[in-house]
Amino acid sequence: MSNQIIQGILLGGYYALIACGLSFMFSVMRIINLAHGSLAVFAAFALWWLASRFHIPPFVGLLIVLPLMAAIGWALQRFLLERSARGGALLPILTTFGLAIVIDNMLFEQFGADTRSLAPYIGSLSYDSWEWPGNIYVGKLAVIMFATAVILLGGLQLFLTRTRLGRSIRATSEDPDTAGLVGVDARRANAIAASIAMVTVGLAGAFLGMRATFDPYAGAPQLLFAFEAAVIGGAGSLWGTLVGGIVLALAQTVGAQVHPQGFLIGGHAVFLVVLFVRLSTSGLGLRGLLRLPSRSAS
Amino acid sequence: MSLLSVEDLVVRHGLLQAVRGVSFRIERGETLALVGANGAGKTTLLRAIAGAHQPAAGRVLLDGADLTNVPSHKRVGMGIALVPEGRKLFVQMTVEENLLLGRTASRPGEWSVDRVLDMFPNLKPRRHAKTGHLSGGEQQATAIGRALMSNPEVLLLDEVSLGLSPLIVDRVYAALQGLMASGTTIILVEQDLSRALSVSDRVICMLEGRVALEGPSKAVSRDEVTKAYFGLHRKSPGSVPA
Amino acid sequence: MSAVSSSPIIERGTTTSRIAAIAVAVIIALLAIAPQFLSAGAVDRMTALFIYVILAAMWNALAGFGGLVSVGQQVFFGLGAYFAIRLADAGLNPFASLFVSAIVVGVVSWPLSLFMLRLRNGEFAIGMWVIAALTHLLVNLDRLVQGETGTSLISLNVYDAGTRRVAIYWLALASMTALLGILFGLLRGSTGAAIRAIRDNEDAAASVGVRVTGTKRLLFVLAAFGIGVAGALWLATSITFQPKTYFNVQWTAYMIFMVLVGGIGTFEGAILGALVFFLIETWFGGTGVWYLVGLGATAVLFSLFLPRGLWGTIEGRFGLRLLPVGYRVRLPENAPADDGSAPSPERTTPGQEKA
Repeated sequence: MSNQIIQGILLGGYYALIACGLSFMFSVMRIINLAHGSLAVFAAFALWWLASRFHIPPFVGLLIVLPLMAAIGWALQRFLLERSARGGALLPILTTFGLAIVIDNMLFEQFGADTRSLAPYIGSLSYDSWEWPGNIYVGKLAVIMFATAVILLGGLQLFLTRTRLGRSIRATSEDPDTAGLVGVDARRANAIAASIAMVTVGLAGAFLGMRATFDPYAGAPQLLFAFEAAVIGGAGSLWGTLVGGIVLALAQTVGAQVHPQGFLIGGHAVFLVVLFVRLSTSGLGLRGLLRLPSRSAS
Repeated sequence: MSLLSVEDLVVRHGLLQAVRGVSFRIERGETLALVGANGAGKTTLLRAIAGAHQPAAGRVLLDGADLTNVPSHKRVGMGIALVPEGRKLFVQMTVEENLLLGRTASRPGEWSVDRVLDMFPNLKPRRHAKTGHLSGGEQQATAIGRALMSNPEVLLLDEVSLGLSPLIVDRVYAALQGLMASGTTIILVEQDLSRALSVSDRVICMLEGRVALEGPSKAVSRDEVTKAYFGLHRKSPGSVPA
Repeated sequence: MSAVSSSPIIERGTTTSRIAAIAVAVIIALLAIAPQFLSAGAVDRMTALFIYVILAAMWNALAGFGGLVSVGQQVFFGLGAYFAIRLADAGLNPFASLFVSAIVVGVVSWPLSLFMLRLRNGEFAIGMWVIAALTHLLVNLDRLVQGETGTSLISLNVYDAGTRRVAIYWLALASMTALLGILFGLLRGSTGAAIRAIRDNEDAAASVGVRVTGTKRLLFVLAAFGIGVAGALWLATSITFQPKTYFNVQWTAYMIFMVLVGGIGTFEGAILGALVFFLIETWFGGTGVWYLVGLGATAVLFSLFLPRGLWGTIEGRFGLRLLPVGYRVRLPENAPADDGSAPSPERTTPGQEKA
């Protein structure tokens, strides 16, 4: 059982990876990007295509895919989100949902319905494991994934609090008009934030492909996982996403123990319970639940 | 050439015309006070100069360069800094972070975090406190400091005394006095008429979006300004109230 | 226009709207007798159209009027079908179970609303999606459904195919008419003013005493009930129940497409959108994936460039009202204009009465 708990915690690293981009974008631009999961699957397919077609190993492929994702983030913000956000809070939901449908079906059109995986292209990493004291085996990939999540979250935190660009992004998220008045180019800050978010999505997509299988319609569940982890953990700090991811993964692990189909049910259930508790104690709804970290939270 | 000139500026909020054809010039080193009742268009005028509102007509020139299509963040780089009404600090961020944000435009100059803290010594112990937790006076000092950090050519001050106790207002103005003496060009909106007249070189009184009175602060009488303030100054026949 | 009075004129209907009301009655009557003249396939297609109209109108009621964008409305579609299966299995007449099922869906949605309506915007949108995903998984656990294998509304097979087809057609037509009627009545009545106030500015509405939550809850439950009816009717036409098909997010995608294209927040827009969707599906449905890509892309383009949809644009440009749910204020045409700053009647009218 302790073995499963450790696996669950490590899986939480993946959920934190996929959730941090979603909550980052929400906290900066107040937009929940419904194409988030589909874009992660897109990145996974891009890596798979590079690997199967040109024999580029996924870790090398990231050097191509991550800049591509950054460019997509920039374009997404400039051409889609910026425009639709001007039409109110509801329009971006519809725009990004439409985008998700387009991406999913384009992937289906390109790659067909088969499930794919990046596991065959990363050699023994997909099954190698370390033995820890107490007869516990942990997969190397799972540990790398968890470490990546920690490094990414820590790096983002440092970037936001210690650099000029990070401060500009935080200022824009707090008050874009005033940010302009102190000299911050709010459009640029938002586009950079979207690029960063998409780079994290690209990383999440890579790990999705390495640790499991994916198909063109796998985006929707990834979006739900990201959202659930962000909400469960999102108490104001990026580290919250890690906690949220771990809680989600543990709930799924417990669910799977209870019933063969309980894996997903467990995750959704714990999300709703957390939501319920939070709503009944705060009485304020979720406003401000997915917030950007401030220095004192670090 | 005047440092800043405003020519026939018209600014609308939807169907409402807040500024209706305002023109004035300000020379380098001058301090201009804008007075007028609530809703006279002072704040809108300052925000339009800073680029936060797009004018419907007219233009703003800085050193002869037309600013019409220049967004607000670039105007900061060109030397216009606004201390907005209500201070508008980034409350989730610390005093130091707010000040550092003022340096985003990277204009060369002598202002630094330490210099701002020297100017407002009461901020020194609060350097790493979030601005949301500061007192009104400390917040105002931070807002002014943030604007100064961009080393502006023209500093626009919008009701810096709003919501502060008289003692704190005195302190803020004492700090500003140094700036004015050092030759910084300032446009300030101030509700307190005597203070506005005493600190400025020139005064403009606005009424319903238009300039009702303009003149050297030393030459205009308090009475004249009061009349303009309430719209009692119009000399044209028919509009003078009995 | 008479020059006698310069005070604004307040009116509900227009001449066009009175003609439209008569036309609606005629159309419904014609649709009611249509199965006499239509082929079996055409009757089935028309039934599908009625269901699409229900889906569009209900999603529009929620998003366009209540300001609640949900991407999980497939949960009510699926539950409508699932409860109908369950009720029929328990021995209820299959036709009766279609409607009892929808009522159950409406009842279930009430406690759900207590919880979900406290979420805002995007959080509500995905929150509903989570609910749909979870419900789908739980329905899969039901032995009767046998997981993704699914089951059928077998008891409907006691009726012969012809009778069944026409009966379902009529039921769908009647449901559509009734639901549109309820929505129309709601929007025209005192709730309607509240709904429009919320749509335009929720906080302002709350501050003048509009019961925001109560009104939203009403729309949420109505939408759940209506979509439940649609799900049950869909089950009746296709007989088989596979959870994957009914709890598919595609249903919500269709709803969003119809409402965005037709005109979000306009009563007529949702109906127009359903018609457009129906035609597109008829012509391009066979192209498979590209058809879905096209739907998604169209939704994106409409939300970016024509956010008021076809009907909203027509309405704004021509001041046309077919089924007026609000009041309109017309300034007499000779009203003096104050140096251009006074609003002209053409500009205010669409702003004052958009529903």
